[in-house]
Amino acid sequence: MMLLSRTASSLYWLGRYIERADFMARLIEATVRLDVLSSRPAGEAAWSSALTVTETDEDFAKSGAAMTQIEVVRFLTLDTSHPGSVVRCLAMARDNARAVRTALSRDAWTAINRAWLIFENRAGVGGTAATLNMVEAVKNETRGFEGAVQRMLRNQATWFVRLGQAIERADNTARLLDVKYHILLPEGERVGGVVDRDQWTTILQTVSAVTAYRWLYSDGLRASNVIDLLVTRKEMPRSLAASIDEVVDILGDLARHTGSHGEADRMARMRAARAAKTRSGEIMTSGLHQYLLSFIDENAKLHGAIGRQFRFG
Amino acid sequence: MGKQQAFDEILGFGGTLPTRPALTALGEWLESTPDSELRRRQDAAETTFRQLGITFAVYGDSDASERIIPFDIVPRVFLRSEWDRLSDGLVQRVEAINAFLDDIYGDRRILDEGVLPADLVLGNDQFRPEIAGMRPPHGIAAHICGIDLVRTGPDEFFVLEDNARTPSGVSYMLENREAMLRLCPELFRELRVAAVDSYPDLLLETMKSVAPHAAGSSPRCVVLTPGHYNSAYYEHSFLADSMGIELVEGRDLVVDDDVVWMRTIEGLVRVDVIYRRIDDDYLDPLVFRPDSALGVPGLIAAYAAGNVAIINAPGNGIADDKAIYSYMPEIVKFYTGSEAKLPNVETFRCREPGALKYVLDNLPELVVKLVDGSGGYGMLVGPTASSGEIETFRAALIAEPHRYIAQPTLALSTVPTMAAQGLAPRHVDFRPFVLSGAHGVRVVPGGLTRVALKEGSLVVNSSQGGGTKDSFVLMDEGHVATQDQSAGGQTQTMGSMTQAQSADQGTPPATTTRGDAA
Repeated sequence: MMLLSRTASSLYWLGRYIERADFMARLIEATVRLDVLSSRPAGEAAWSSALTVTETDEDFAKSGAAMTQIEVVRFLTLDTSHPGSVVRCLAMARDNARAVRTALSRDAWTAINRAWLIFENRAGVGGTAATLNMVEAVKNETRGFEGAVQRMLRNQATWFVRLGQAIERADNTARLLDVKYHILLPEGERVGGVVDRDQWTTILQTVSAVTAYRWLYSDGLRASNVIDLLVTRKEMPRSLAASIDEVVDILGDLARHTGSHGEADRMARMRAARAAKTRSGEIMTSGLHQYLLSFIDENAKLHGAIGRQFRFG
Repeated sequence: MGKQQAFDEILGFGGTLPTRPALTALGEWLESTPDSELRRRQDAAETTFRQLGITFAVYGDSDASERIIPFDIVPRVFLRSEWDRLSDGLVQRVEAINAFLDDIYGDRRILDEGVLPADLVLGNDQFRPEIAGMRPPHGIAAHICGIDLVRTGPDEFFVLEDNARTPSGVSYMLENREAMLRLCPELFRELRVAAVDSYPDLLLETMKSVAPHAAGSSPRCVVLTPGHYNSAYYEHSFLADSMGIELVEGRDLVVDDDVVWMRTIEGLVRVDVIYRRIDDDYLDPLVFRPDSALGVPGLIAAYAAGNVAIINAPGNGIADDKAIYSYMPEIVKFYTGSEAKLPNVETFRCREPGALKYVLDNLPELVVKLVDGSGGYGMLVGPTASSGEIETFRAALIAEPHRYIAQPTLALSTVPTMAAQGLAPRHVDFRPFVLSGAHGVRVVPGGLTRVALKEGSLVVNSSQGGGTKDSFVLMDEGHVATQDQSAGGQTQTMGSMTQAQSADQGTPPATTTRGDAA
C-alpha cells in the first residue's frame, strides 16, 4: 500500500508527541523524587531545572505562578496555554492519530485516546500521591502504545511512528543531560557530593537507567559514567548512540521499501559514523554543553531533511 | 402520537409479554436478565465506543464537541420472511433510483412522458446542470443507498426518505454488532442471526466493479473525507480501514490532464475509484462552490473524461429530494414496470394549492418537513408541537409553500428500550444499506436502527437525542432454537478465521442479489 505524504507526516508527529508526553511524565516523576525522596529536599532548584530542560521556563515565568511542586506540575501537565504540557502533547498526538486512524491498529489508537482521556475534565493535579498516580497512568498508556506499535504490521506506517519517536528521544535525552549544565550546585556543595549525586540519579531515573547503570559500571555513581551511558552506549535504549542508530535503521527500512535514498539517509549515516568514533572522555574534555547544543541542532536539521525527503511539505 | 396503539416489534400489538410467538427466546432473555445487568452491559458498550472514539459532533454545540450516540442493549429483530419481503422492495426501489438518475442526466424520458413536472426536476436546487450528459462508469450513480423506513405492523413498512448521496451510519451497524457479540453472547446462541460483517468486503467489491474500464484488474480505490473534524470522520476512517484502502483528504489528491493522482511518500499514484464523503457542493471548486478547500480542483473534469468513478455520483441529490420523494411510486412504476413493493408514507406536496389547504387545516395532526432539510432540523411534529410552533410553521408555509411537504403522523413501531424506569417501548426507524455495482444490487442483512429515547418522541436523529440499537435479521423464522445450533452464522468477530461453523446454516439470507451482469 502506498503511504500518503500527509499520513506519513501525521504518523511521524504522532511518534514525536507521544514520546514527548512520555518524557514529560518521566521527568515529573524523577523531579518529585529529587525534591521529596532524596536524602535532602532539593526544592525550587529541582522544579526550576524541570522547566529548563523542557524549555518551558520562560512561559512559566510569564504565568506568574510560584516555583512549587503543585504549580510546576500543573503547568507541565494540565496547562493548555503553552505547547509543552503533557495534555497538549497528548492532544496533538491524538489529533494526528485521528487524522490517520486507518494507518494505526485499534490498540495503538485506543492507547492514545485513553492517555488523552486521563486529562479530560481534570481540574487539578493534587498532592504528591495524586501526581505520581497521574504520571503512572500516562506512562502506562504510552507503554501500551509502544507495545501496540511493536505489534503493528512492520510497514511504512510503523516506521514513521518509530522514526518520530527516535528523533524525539534523541532530542529529549540531549536536553536532559544538558540541564545538568544549568543547575548550579548550592553553595557549600561539592561536585560528587550528596546533591550532585541526587541530580545525576534523577537523570538516570528519568530515562529508566538506574539498574542499567549498576549493571554496566561498578565504580559507583560518577558523572563521567552517566555521560558515557547516555551518550555512547548503544545497548542503552535512550542513549544518543541508540537513537542515532535507530534512525539509520528505520530510514534504511524505508529506503528498501521505496527503492530510493535521499538527503535524510545521508545525514543520518554521517551522524552515525561520527558518533561511532566519539568517546565520552573527549566530550567531557571539550565541553558537554557545546556537544549537546550541536547535537540538538543537528537533530533538528535531520528532522527537516526527513520532511523534505518524504514530501511532508 | 395520539392514542393509537403502536405495534411493538418484540411484544406485538399487545405491548406486553409474552412476545410475538417467533421471538420467545428473546422474551425469555429479557425476562431472565435483570435490568441492572442490561444497564451494566450497555455502559460497557458505551465505554468501548468512547475509547474507540466512535463519536460525532453536534453542530452548534460547542461544549460537547465529541459525543457518543447512546447505545441501547435490546436489539430489534426481523424474522427471515419479513426481511426477505423487505429486501425485495429495497432492491426494486434502488434499481428505480439508478434508472431515474441515468435518465434525468441523460435522455429525460420521464419528463418527456409527463410522469414528473419538468420544473420540479430542472428547477430543483438538487439538480446539477453541470453534470448533465456525463455518464458514470457502468451507468450506476447510486452505489450506496440508505433507505429510511418506518414500520407500523409486522409487514407494514413505509419508506420515509431515500438517501442516495452519502448516507452515513453503516459503522454503527457493524460496531453495534461487535458490542452485542461481546456483551450478549448467549443471545446469539438462542437466535440465529445473519452476519453483517461482510459489508466492507461487499463495498470494496462494488467499488472495484464500477472502476473505469481503463483501470485494469486492480483499480486503486480510496475514501475521500473532509477531514477529522467532520462529524462522521470515525465512519470514514472505519470504512477505509476495514476495506484496507487509503483514507484521503482533498489536499492529498491532484488532477493532472484529467487523471486523478494522490500524493504519496514515493510520488504521485493514480486513483481510479473515489468513495467520497464530501457533498457535491464541496467536491470540485472549479465546478461547484469556488470557495471550497475540501475538494479537488479538476475532479469533475476527470469524471467527465471517464477516468475516475465517483461514489456516489455527483448530482444524486435530485433522487432523494423530498419533493421528488412524493413521486417515487410513479418513478418505480415507470422504470421497473411494476407497482412499488415498498410504499411511501402519504405525502402532501404543499406546492399544490389543494394539498396546502389540507395541510394548513390539519397542522396539529401532521409532520411538516423542509424539502431540503435533514437531520431532524426544520421539522414540525404537529401532535407534540406547541401552538406557537404551529403558528410559526403556518406562516412559513403560506410564505414559501414550495419548500415544504407534510405527512400524517404514523403509529410508528416500538421496541423495548432501557429507560430510567426499566424497559419501556420507544419508537424506532430503520436504515438498511443497499449496494449497487456492475454485478447487481445487494442488501446486507442488517442496518442502522435508530431509537427515539424520549418517551413518545418520534424524532430519532442523533443530533436530537436519538440512540441506536443492533438490528438482527434472523436466519430462520425464530421460534425454537436448540443449543447445538450455537453460534450458527456468527462469523462477525472471527471473519474468515472461523472454523467451519457454517455447516448447519442452510442458505443464509446473506445478501439479496439481483440482476447479475449478463
